[in-house]
Amino acid sequence: MAIAVALVLLVVGSVVFHFISPWWFTPIASNWGSIDFTINLTFWVTGAVFVIINLFMAYCVYRFRHKAGHKAVYEPENHKLEVGLSVVTAIGVIAMLAPGLFVWAQFVTPPDEATEYEVVGQQWQWSFRYPGNDGQLGTVDTRFISESNPFGINPEDPNGQDDILVKDPEMYLPVGKPVKALLRSKDVLHNYTVPQFRVKMDMVPGMVTYLWFTPTEVGRYDIMCEELCGIGHHVMRGRIVIAEQAEYDAWLSNQTTFAQLNARSDAAPAAGEAQYAVCASCHGQQAEGNPALNAPRLNGLQTWYLERQLKYYQLGVRGAHPDDLYGRQMAPMAGMLNSDEAIRNMAAYISQLAVTDAPDTISGDSARGMAIYNSNCAACHGNDGTGSWATDAPHIAGMSDWYVATQLTNFKAKIRGAHADDDYGEQMVSFATAMRNEQQMNDVIAYLNSLQ
Amino acid sequence: MAYVPLADQDKDHELHDPHTFITKYIWSQDHKVIAIQYGGTAICVGLVALVLSMMMRLQLGFPDSFTLIDPSSYYQAVTMHGMIMVVYLLTALFLGGFGNYLIPLMCGARDMVFPFLNMLSFWVYLLSVLILMSSFFVTGGPTGAGWTLYPPQTITPGTPGHDTGILLMLISLGVFIIAFTMGGLNYVTTVLQARAKGLTMMRLPLSVWGILVATILGLFAFPALLVSAIMMTFDLTLGTSFFMPAIMAAGEQLDYNGGSPILFQHLFWFFGHPEVYIVALPAFGLVSDVLSTHARKNIFGYRMMVWAIIAIGGLSFVVWAHHMYVSGMNPYFGFFFATTTLIIAVPTAMKVYNWVLTLWEGDIRLNTPMLFAIGFVFTFIHGGLTGLFLGNVVIDLPLSDTYFVVAHFHMVMGVSPVLVLFASLYHWYPKITGRMMNETLGKVHFWCTFLGTYAIYLPMHYLGFLGVPRRYYAMGSTDFIPESAQALNANITLAALFVAAAQILFFINIFWSLRNGKPSGNNPWGATSLEWQTTETPPKHGNWGPDLPVVHRWAYDYSVPGYPQDFIPQNVPGDFGVSEDHDHDTEMKEGPLAK
Amino acid sequence: MSFYKNVTAKPWEYSSPTLGTGPESAFASSSERIALTLFLVVVGVIFSLLAVSYYVRMELGDWVPMSDPSLLWVTTALLILSSVLFQLARNTAQGENFLKARKLFVGGGLFAIFFVIGQALAWQQLSSNGFDVANGPASAFFYLLTGLHVVHIVGGLWVWSKTTLRFFSQDDLTSVKHSVELCTTYWHFLLVLWVFIFAVLANT
Repeated sequence: MAIAVALVLLVVGSVVFHFISPWWFTPIASNWGSIDFTINLTFWVTGAVFVIINLFMAYCVYRFRHKAGHKAVYEPENHKLEVGLSVVTAIGVIAMLAPGLFVWAQFVTPPDEATEYEVVGQQWQWSFRYPGNDGQLGTVDTRFISESNPFGINPEDPNGQDDILVKDPEMYLPVGKPVKALLRSKDVLHNYTVPQFRVKMDMVPGMVTYLWFTPTEVGRYDIMCEELCGIGHHVMRGRIVIAEQAEYDAWLSNQTTFAQLNARSDAAPAAGEAQYAVCASCHGQQAEGNPALNAPRLNGLQTWYLERQLKYYQLGVRGAHPDDLYGRQMAPMAGMLNSDEAIRNMAAYISQLAVTDAPDTISGDSARGMAIYNSNCAACHGNDGTGSWATDAPHIAGMSDWYVATQLTNFKAKIRGAHADDDYGEQMVSFATAMRNEQQMNDVIAYLNSLQ
Repeated sequence: MAYVPLADQDKDHELHDPHTFITKYIWSQDHKVIAIQYGGTAICVGLVALVLSMMMRLQLGFPDSFTLIDPSSYYQAVTMHGMIMVVYLLTALFLGGFGNYLIPLMCGARDMVFPFLNMLSFWVYLLSVLILMSSFFVTGGPTGAGWTLYPPQTITPGTPGHDTGILLMLISLGVFIIAFTMGGLNYVTTVLQARAKGLTMMRLPLSVWGILVATILGLFAFPALLVSAIMMTFDLTLGTSFFMPAIMAAGEQLDYNGGSPILFQHLFWFFGHPEVYIVALPAFGLVSDVLSTHARKNIFGYRMMVWAIIAIGGLSFVVWAHHMYVSGMNPYFGFFFATTTLIIAVPTAMKVYNWVLTLWEGDIRLNTPMLFAIGFVFTFIHGGLTGLFLGNVVIDLPLSDTYFVVAHFHMVMGVSPVLVLFASLYHWYPKITGRMMNETLGKVHFWCTFLGTYAIYLPMHYLGFLGVPRRYYAMGSTDFIPESAQALNANITLAALFVAAAQILFFINIFWSLRNGKPSGNNPWGATSLEWQTTETPPKHGNWGPDLPVVHRWAYDYSVPGYPQDFIPQNVPGDFGVSEDHDHDTEMKEGPLAK
Repeated sequence: MSFYKNVTAKPWEYSSPTLGTGPESAFASSSERIALTLFLVVVGVIFSLLAVSYYVRMELGDWVPMSDPSLLWVTTALLILSSVLFQLARNTAQGENFLKARKLFVGGGLFAIFFVIGQALAWQQLSSNGFDVANGPASAFFYLLTGLHVVHIVGGLWVWSKTTLRFFSQDDLTSVKHSVELCTTYWHFLLVLWVFIFAVLANT
């Protein structure tokens, strides 16, 4: 008896929940309204079936519950009823399937006028490539991938020279133009998803997959990876900006082509040295760091990491949080470097300084630290803690340990890494939680100290 | 060729006669003991998986308050929870547990046809469980590649347990498949060859049909998993490139070239989709018998039910790639697989109709097993209907790899089979132990489980509509997920904790009733099928005493008009004149449903 | 009884089980034979899936064809001989000539052992020619397929050795006869399987 009431309440409750739920599809921002239509159609058909069968079942339970003297009716089968139900079900299924297949046919055949761009996935970053003036993407191969050619473009292929490379998790597209995304991966499976566009597709190493859509709404949208790709899966984030044509063109012209990247002159460490004099007052002549002044060791850090952090200080991505006391001191210092060139020279100078050893100031159980480090940190920072250009992870073994501790605390407290443009810091915000308390943090740092 | 069917052989000659405690309960060849060993092991390992899911739920519901789990162990929990639940719990419990217990009894046989092989099957299964569990204790821990084990990431450095953990997982799966094959050959042969006199295939209870077809599916589907596990082991240990293309890892090029990750996915799902039905079909069968018995009515449309089981089993081999719509396989496959997938909805829907129509004009006893069975029909309808979303290839585009998928498959192959497991345990417990389970505790357990699981999974579908991706350790900051989604997640976690805690009632009931339950007698539910007609409960070794039962009727003679009792056991002779009423389709018009 | 008649029967109609004396069996063969047949189908599925994988993998660009060692023709002959001896042993056992059957049966097993040794030599030959398992997909599949086949032969040899022991202890020759029949079926299947594998591998 109670079960009959419960079934009715669950049916009513489900329907009510459906209508009052604030959780529903994000407003659509592409041409794939037909997918939404198919979903709604399916919703109505299946919803009706759900309500009818369950209410019928509730009625049966109520009506035919055991009563004294009552006996069930013996009826092995009813051929006509069963055939009738099969036919009705088949019609319902066809009604849902036919529009689905029709829309799928559109999805698998991109229009001829769709322009192509490429999305490259790797653990756990996005990067993008546009074909440049010739409208052709250069050929690629995994064996060409290196620090200076992160996209693995074939240097012999003339089509590749003017390819525009965006090694940054933010991409632009013009509104109202159909586009075809070519998807590939450097390492494991990934998936290129923008919920507002409704379409998604896996990125498979060794092959190129595709999807197409026409963005219809100007705005900024999250790009999510929706195929498990290792422990950083949940922090593999990107952004797509749908802009008016003019804004898109302006953005595109600011990006670097493959040829420009190769033609870039080497940085001049000598020029950096002159400017380093200011830095030396805190960080020391050999950039060995000075705990008394809260200045970390810098020698041994990779150039691209130094460049990015200096840039972040300049842009307020880092060192702007009110609780980031020392970061706020650093921000105006970074501002003294007045060009990208100056930043590059500075980074080049620091990176060629002799590597010094920062004294250990933190102790902990390095064996326990190793277990935490190996399962959560090593995938990016490497087993030896030296970091990698491929994962955008800096060298951390044997750096100023007190500084590493401060930064981890800052990441956990979202003092660092919470800025919307700090894509790499955001990953650390999540992974800093692998050290659940100060003790574990010290254990990991003790392990890092042992690695130097 | 001369052969003597097992059942006709002298009992003492063929069946070993156990005397000591060890041969009776440890190295036992009695199908009933093996069934309990299988079931107990499966439930224990299932509890491990349940704890893992609670750790995940705490992280998802209260990401900043609980620090039980770091990203690496989160993905390990995801993986182990999935693999344990699907393979080591559900497959083992339905086939190794219920299959073993019920097949010989329902078929009127003394035991499985190969009792020694049956015993071996359990011990090899136990070995596979131990190997799997050992991966929790090795360096790097168990694999965190997701239960689908997709390469390349399963064996590349960014994944937890990418060296030892995954190797143990692959070995354990291989061992499990050997155990399953030994058991499976036994179940099929027993059903085909050792049925009691008069028990034609079409007189079998649907439980046997479900278990039989599921076992056949398993025998044909597990080879695909075995093959992919062997090839992946080669890739991992010998450096071959079956599934591994040329890839990078942390800036270094790995020594692989040319392999196809998609090939693995095809092999995996060629196993993985039938696996869904390996779990579902026994559940379909068992629940049919529970519904019929407690509604005091024959299962409606028995023949349709049998054909549907066979049709679903057959179709399940041609729908696998609906798990791969967005995998990057040739997109034109989508047309074929969407069509086959939606076709499978028709026989499945017929089963649902027939369950509900079995209740129509019944004499429904709302005992605990019946409540679970009705709960199953409700959740299965829900889970089946959401399957129509995911099977329809374009709808899968926005929904795949979101929480909608998680909610769907938990509803359809998590909650639904588990409700059937409970229905079956409450239903057959009296036969297994000779005592009834406590009804009050049972009903409280039902309400907590049924309502609680719905509170977990109904809202979860809506997270999926929103686009919340699955297998995320933490949501981080996004523009499209509102704050309220976190509140919803917290509530889902509370519901999950509640449901998990409610299972304690079940275990209390199991152990309490073992000593204190009401003695059940041989046939407490007034059921027709053979297992309830044994002269002793629990049945002794050899099941039937000196004479094997002889079957005179199908398993569903409930409430036969003109017969004083509302059930006629299968081994009762005599025609009571019902068959003429339903001899021809033309006379069906007079059936009560045609009115 | 036809399967169709079976599944279209109206099971609720009463009929007393007067026909037949034993239990209901779907097939008029021994349970062991049913189980063996089922097992062989399972093995067939395993190798069919591997063959499909082989052809899929072949299309993927980096495939370097590999010439199979000529020794395989010799081992094929050995396996054929083994299968023939098993068949003769079965026929002789059928005629109740157990002493002769025993010799033939032992001989069949020995030739199977020679086959395994021959396969091992073929692997050695191949690896000394520079084709290691990780050398390329063609050689990886070669080792995988031949290796799995040998595993099945070795499994068969285990049953063969048990049957041989029973042959010598002379107990219950009727049941030994049944084992000989099953072994023979298994060996024929493994021969067919080997020819299938050989044909697949030859197609590079």
